[in-house]
Amino acid sequence: MAEQILDVSGLKVTVEDKEILHGLNLTVNAGETHVIMGPNGAGKSTLGSTLMGDPRYEITAGKIMFNGEDITGESADKISKKGMFLSFQNPVEVPGITLSNFIRSALEQKTGKHIRVWDFKKELDKTMELLNMDPSYAERDLNVGFSGGEKKKAEILQLLMLKPSLAILDETDSGLDVDAVRIVSEGIEVYKKTVGGALLIITHSTKILDALDVDATHVLVDGKIVHDGDQSLIAEINEHGFEQFMNESAKE
Amino acid sequence: MKEKTQVDDIDRSIYDFRYEEKDVYQVEEGLTPDIVRQISKDRNDPDWMLEFRLKSLETYNQMGVPDWGPSIEGLDMDNIITYIRPKSERMQKDWNDVPTDIKDTFERLGIPQAERASLAGVGAQYDSELVYHNIKDEVAAQGVIYTDVESAMRSEYADMVREHFMKLVPPTDHKFAALHGAVWSGGSFVYVPPGVSVEIPLQSYFRLNAAGAGQFEHTLIIVDEGAYLHFIEGCSAPKYNVANLHAGCVELFVGKNATLRYSTIENWSKNMYNLNTKRAKVEEGGKIEWVSGSFGSHVSYLYPMSILNGDNSRCEFTGVTFAGEGQNLDTGTKVVHVGKNTSSYINTRSISKSDGISTFRSSVVVGPKAKGSKSAVSCESLMLDPQSQSDTIPAMDIRTDDVDIGHEAKIGRISDDVVFYLMSRGMSEEDAKALIVSGFADNVSKELPLEYAVEMNNLIRLEMKGSIG
Repeated sequence: MAEQILDVSGLKVTVEDKEILHGLNLTVNAGETHVIMGPNGAGKSTLGSTLMGDPRYEITAGKIMFNGEDITGESADKISKKGMFLSFQNPVEVPGITLSNFIRSALEQKTGKHIRVWDFKKELDKTMELLNMDPSYAERDLNVGFSGGEKKKAEILQLLMLKPSLAILDETDSGLDVDAVRIVSEGIEVYKKTVGGALLIITHSTKILDALDVDATHVLVDGKIVHDGDQSLIAEINEHGFEQFMNESAKE
Repeated sequence: MKEKTQVDDIDRSIYDFRYEEKDVYQVEEGLTPDIVRQISKDRNDPDWMLEFRLKSLETYNQMGVPDWGPSIEGLDMDNIITYIRPKSERMQKDWNDVPTDIKDTFERLGIPQAERASLAGVGAQYDSELVYHNIKDEVAAQGVIYTDVESAMRSEYADMVREHFMKLVPPTDHKFAALHGAVWSGGSFVYVPPGVSVEIPLQSYFRLNAAGAGQFEHTLIIVDEGAYLHFIEGCSAPKYNVANLHAGCVELFVGKNATLRYSTIENWSKNMYNLNTKRAKVEEGGKIEWVSGSFGSHVSYLYPMSILNGDNSRCEFTGVTFAGEGQNLDTGTKVVHVGKNTSSYINTRSISKSDGISTFRSSVVVGPKAKGSKSAVSCESLMLDPQSQSDTIPAMDIRTDDVDIGHEAKIGRISDDVVFYLMSRGMSEEDAKALIVSGFADNVSKELPLEYAVEMNNLIRLEMKGSIG
């Protein structure tokens, strides 16, 4: 049996006294690609943020095992250092640090080692080229004044530089434009090829998934995974929507 | 919230060291005509200066303390030593000749190193005395004068000093200006001749070592027509349980088409009453640029003022104030538009943390003749916790039409979204918050030479340092 990288069991999560996840179970094996789909308000973004340790999401029950370690209630910086990465749907702007310095300091935090500027710069340049990203962005303040597409590229750039063993992509917004879709799907491809880590893609937009080998698809409705399937489930949802699963949820 | 951040008080060990006063000459605590005479004698003042001091003391005694800002009740002038200096030889031009413990102090603060690396000249004041003053030969060769005010008063620049000394900030301006007029000592005199551009900055550093003492240095800078100067002022002191007082005075004369940049990183200890007065007068086509970082002091009243006297003169004020626990920092700026087509641009950030109070106070006056003038005031505040306070008190007095005036104020809290984003990439909560605060204050750090920007960010990191649990 493949090695489990993520094992979520009975996860209940509350935001501002309102329970959003009602006992969610999910298992991802190392190197696998999983997709989570679900209607608006099902708790998709909550799941991504909670796994990454956002303190605004309170875990009231259940357990999150990551790489064999219990990370339930752990802080985001510690979870990050253990090899998890969350790509944000709307990355924030942070004046005061350049994209390049930020990635280097994140790498140093993660490895606990000083990284030589020269080596780092070489890898950064190479990766930016791969993403067809204007090199001047490296010296600009993190996300400040970046267009939506450049912000997305900056997220994928960090993903490729930090090389996490599990990458969670929060792409819940179905309104992604064509550019962003292309950037994300190309980035994913490079990540799978060069890093070989596991992927958890939370999305509405199945376009991102077109060129991808998906190992499992999960349907999240009303704070629970209500249905598991393989890649073919994506096409089915595309055609019929979530209606059938919502009924399934209501039956319980 | 899973976690709460407990941010400790600043670890000031790099600033917070002191040496015993030994071999010092000092006056009694308090303020009497005799004490003023004693200071004047020890400074070897010309006669007019003794008279000036005594008259200032009279003014001081007649004036009340300000009743509109932070409380200064903890300051009792009867307990303040207004004058204390090392008994050793007077001002030196060679660091090796400076007394050992004083030299150590400045070395720990990195002053001689900075002089070697990136400054055109350095002055170092220890308590009431300028202990070191030096200027690079090539800058002196351009005719630039950089010395202490006392020496200038006895030099060929004596008339120039007398003509300008406390003319911009008269002792009648307010009670602590009067106090300054009575007991001032040390500081710097700078003269930049017409057309001379001083490419690298001059710096004066003020260190107050003695407990219960006051520092009253006087800075007088004259930048003549078409000249350029960047002057940097730094200050620090170890912390004591008794009140210390800083009532310095800075007078800047910016000539026709001249530019003066005046940068300050103020880091007094948190028992300091910082009642400092700074003022610049700018002639036609000239420009004053203030870059001001206020981090220390228990109480501050600090509003550098620009008088845009000549037509087309300009001022830029870029400031950041960080008030932590036990600090009440009332800072801002004043601009008076006198000439036509004058412009002022004010951009400030204030940060408050752990019950610290940060107040931005500004005054923009546009006189009846200042047609075609422009003023833009922008102030932003960041409060790091619910205990801290921030206020904005902008005043405008516009006496002509045909002006373009803008004002914008924003008050905010640290964004949880940004903290989480940074933490998700492996940054600790403390580092994330320090980064956000540094980014917020980057209006100032971007204006400072690199070494000072680094020092400022270190101060912010120190202020933000704490434990998470």
